[in-house]
Amino acid sequence: MSHRILIVDDEPNIVVSLEYLMKKEGFQIAVATDGESALRTATEFLPDLVLLDVMMPKKSGFEVCEAIRADPKLGAVKIIMLTAKGRETEIVKGMALGADAYITKPFSTKELVIKIKSLLA
Amino acid sequence: MLQAWVIVLASLAYLGILFAIAWYADRRADTGRSLIANPVVYALSLGVYCTTWTYYGSVGRAAANGIGFLPIYLGPTLLFALAGFVLHKMIRVAKANRITSIADFVASRYGKSQLLGGMVTVIAVVGVIPYIALQLKAVSNSFAILTSYPQIIMPATAGAVPILQDSALYVAMILAVFTILFGTRHLDATERHEGMVAAIAVESMVKLIAFLAVGIFVVWGMHDGVGDIFARAATVPEVARRLATADSPAAYGTWGTLVFLSLFAALLLPRQFQIAVVENVDVSHLRRAVWMFPFYLFLINLFVLPVALAGLLHFPAGTVDADTFVLTLPMAHQHEALALFVYIGGLSAATGMVIVETIALSTMVCNDLVMPLLLRLRWLGLAARADLSGLLLEIRRWAIAIILGLGYLYFRVAGEAYALVSIGLISFAAVAQFAPVVIGGLFWKGGTRDGALAGLAGGFALWTYTLLLPSFAKSGWLPDGFIAHGLFGIELLRPQHLFGLSGLDEITHCLVWSLLVNLGAYIGVSLQRVPNVREARQATLFVGGTEAAASPNWRGSAGVTDLLPLAGRFLGRERAEEAFSRHAQQRGLRSLHELPADARLVSFAETLLAGAIGSASARAMVASVVTEEPLGLDEVMNILDEASQVRAYTRELEQKSLELTRATTDLREANARLRELDRMKDDFISSVTHELRTPLTSIRAFSEMLHEDPKIDLPQRTRFLGIIVSEAVRLSRLINQILDLAKLESGRAEWTVAAVDVGEVIREAAESLTVLFAEKHVALEFDVKEQGLTVVADRDRLMQVMVNLLSNALKFVPTDSGRVKVGAGATANEVRVSVTDNGPGIQAEDQEVIFDKFRQGSATTDVLTDKPQGTGLGLPISRQIIEYFNGRLWVESTPGAGARFVFTLPRQAGDNESVPQGDARLQSTGPGEGAHNKLSRGVA
Repeated sequence: MSHRILIVDDEPNIVVSLEYLMKKEGFQIAVATDGESALRTATEFLPDLVLLDVMMPKKSGFEVCEAIRADPKLGAVKIIMLTAKGRETEIVKGMALGADAYITKPFSTKELVIKIKSLLA
Repeated sequence: MLQAWVIVLASLAYLGILFAIAWYADRRADTGRSLIANPVVYALSLGVYCTTWTYYGSVGRAAANGIGFLPIYLGPTLLFALAGFVLHKMIRVAKANRITSIADFVASRYGKSQLLGGMVTVIAVVGVIPYIALQLKAVSNSFAILTSYPQIIMPATAGAVPILQDSALYVAMILAVFTILFGTRHLDATERHEGMVAAIAVESMVKLIAFLAVGIFVVWGMHDGVGDIFARAATVPEVARRLATADSPAAYGTWGTLVFLSLFAALLLPRQFQIAVVENVDVSHLRRAVWMFPFYLFLINLFVLPVALAGLLHFPAGTVDADTFVLTLPMAHQHEALALFVYIGGLSAATGMVIVETIALSTMVCNDLVMPLLLRLRWLGLAARADLSGLLLEIRRWAIAIILGLGYLYFRVAGEAYALVSIGLISFAAVAQFAPVVIGGLFWKGGTRDGALAGLAGGFALWTYTLLLPSFAKSGWLPDGFIAHGLFGIELLRPQHLFGLSGLDEITHCLVWSLLVNLGAYIGVSLQRVPNVREARQATLFVGGTEAAASPNWRGSAGVTDLLPLAGRFLGRERAEEAFSRHAQQRGLRSLHELPADARLVSFAETLLAGAIGSASARAMVASVVTEEPLGLDEVMNILDEASQVRAYTRELEQKSLELTRATTDLREANARLRELDRMKDDFISSVTHELRTPLTSIRAFSEMLHEDPKIDLPQRTRFLGIIVSEAVRLSRLINQILDLAKLESGRAEWTVAAVDVGEVIREAAESLTVLFAEKHVALEFDVKEQGLTVVADRDRLMQVMVNLLSNALKFVPTDSGRVKVGAGATANEVRVSVTDNGPGIQAEDQEVIFDKFRQGSATTDVLTDKPQGTGLGLPISRQIIEYFNGRLWVESTPGAGARFVFTLPRQAGDNESVPQGDARLQSTGPGEGAHNKLSRGVA
């Protein structure tokens, strides 16, 4: 059974690339382009892993991460934060909020896939 | 019974008793059980203020002027009651500096100046001699009147009696001998005369009791109490007139003058200074004296008016001198014993005054006049003589004799022309000249030696001219015309109406002129320069009080072997050794030979000597043995320099500390601003990074995917490559805009400024976007005036703004139904352009935010599922450009009802029609030149 992955990003082109990448690995995909719809989709889609952008309108990735961790139904979800802001404090903050990994944009597609697989293993 | 020999015998017996008291007090003092260390004795000894002038003269003055005798006593009363602190400070300072006389005080205050000490001495001697003459006159008169008993005969005028038959001469001689016995038996190291003070206190008692006895006899013996006398006086118009107080403005002036004069006299007369300051045992005695002395004055004046009235009632007018009522009233009633007692009381008053006054004067003459002169005369070899203490005593004895001789001379020459009171006032006016330098010296640090000299000399000269010389003239000693017509017949120089000043009595007149000149010269000359080192040091000691006196002011040193013989020469060997041993003990040493040769020892020796020969001479003597490098001009300058540097430094420090406080505040603010800027820079960089990384992310991701998987089908591959290209375009546009903004913000942007027709710019911008509008089926409407739209700006930049606004509008209007309208018009001063769309609008809180860097309004994403295209830098850049040309750019919007971006630019003055296009770029002449110049700073 293939894993379910929720892609959250407000940059259409990045969403396109991630979608293509995940589908190629055989994952089931759902997409959200802002924080609020990401939470909505997460509760319906119940993903195994969320690829979560930090800088988004309405709700930031940090808020989404916090909300997912607070939701008991989504207890086992793995979260990988994606951000274009590479500052150390952001990484620390993300990990503190319960993210499993933190990947800086622009990322290496190979490494991203390896990271996802190792988290889902 | 009252033959001459009885009176002489009684007089001598009385003086003998006094001498015995003095001798006993001195003995007690030597054994350390002082008789006079007691506030009552101190207060009584202050009674030396009351001389025969009071004793006989008050009644005389009361007989002439009613209560006009009182101000002479109100002055001292006020001084003690209200100005005790002045005395207190004076005593403390004098003790700390071992001051021996008023001359010494002044000399010491202004840098231990021998010249100044000498001048004060001369003024004091000249000024006080009439006063001494007055005492001689009173004693000899009272003697003469008493010997004629039972008849009452007024004595002949002084000049009329052959000199050898003149009793005043013998009185003077006896007093001289007596004073010499009292005052110069030995040279006391402390310059205090305990025996003398004890005798003076007794004399004060005697004269008070004698006067009260006369008063009681007159009031209750001759009459039925005070009421009786006044009632009888009221019935005789001639007498009743005396009971009125001052009845003219001048008389009030005289009252004021007398109070003022006597106030200073009680402080500055040499004998008053001697008793109140030099002889003071303990400064705390002053506390009791401030009321006891005024009380003494009150008692001794109690019966003045009744006795005067009784005398006027009893003796036919003009037969008996009112000055003698005290004596003649008991005589007229055959009370021999009382008359003799009264005579003894008068003798008391006279001897007390003469003894203290001449001792004080002789000390001054010796220390401040003769010794400095003698020490300068090298051929006398004084400086080398082993023991000078004998010489000092000799000088003082001669000084006493000469002063009394001069007093007698004045009595012979001028004594008859004036009543007792007038003679006394001449002296008072003379010593009042000391007031500015003494009081000023105690409370003002700025006084200098030159100022003091000038003040004293000026005041003394005027006193001599307006008061002393006229007193000679009235005695026939100088031609009369001098008073009536002035010196050389010049009216303005009439001594008693100087420069036409009239309407004042002679004393007030003298006082006004002399003190005016004195005070003016003292202050004026003092202000000419800052006090020198020595004056400044003394000023600190005197004005600052005794606390400052602790530090020794010698820079050099001398050993016991030098200083002891020096002190011995003036004090006698034994006394000197005693004093040195005491000093050694105080310093915890076993004997005086262990005393180290240091500055402290030198200071001690100087103070010790100052007690004997005055501070100025002491300094000169000590300087002769101290191995002190001479205080050269250089060093004085150095010391001054140091002092002023320290002062300047202190001021600087205060200044610095203020500045530091200010700087700290400034720094704190600057720091806060820097932090804010730093945070903003961080945010900016963070934003830039984010914006740059986002397209880069897509580019990398798609490139990698294409690179790793060559088998991707063609449509997919085309799509991915398209994304890569568009993201690369976005990336380069972003970089350009960031650089552009950075240039604008840092002021390094290049501007080509010229007259620009805004209408042209709008049309051109719209044209460039025609295709994009057509693609989205958005209508673009114009409402642009044809004329008067010329501004001074950079055409390309303006185009950039216009394109930005139009593409923004295009971005947010809906496809097909979207409408964008451009308006342009002009007011008198500005050109106004607006771009209106029918997009979603911008919420109120975002209407400013959208002009911030990288901030796109959140509402703008509402209708679009996508994030808006664009960098978030277009509006900030546009605003920078518009503001650069002194215009404004803002947005007006109601959410849901579209947005309207408006900018204004100052209109080029004198623009009535559109500017010919070809010349627009270069045209900068005419009224627009000012703006052109201002803006051209940006042109490369």
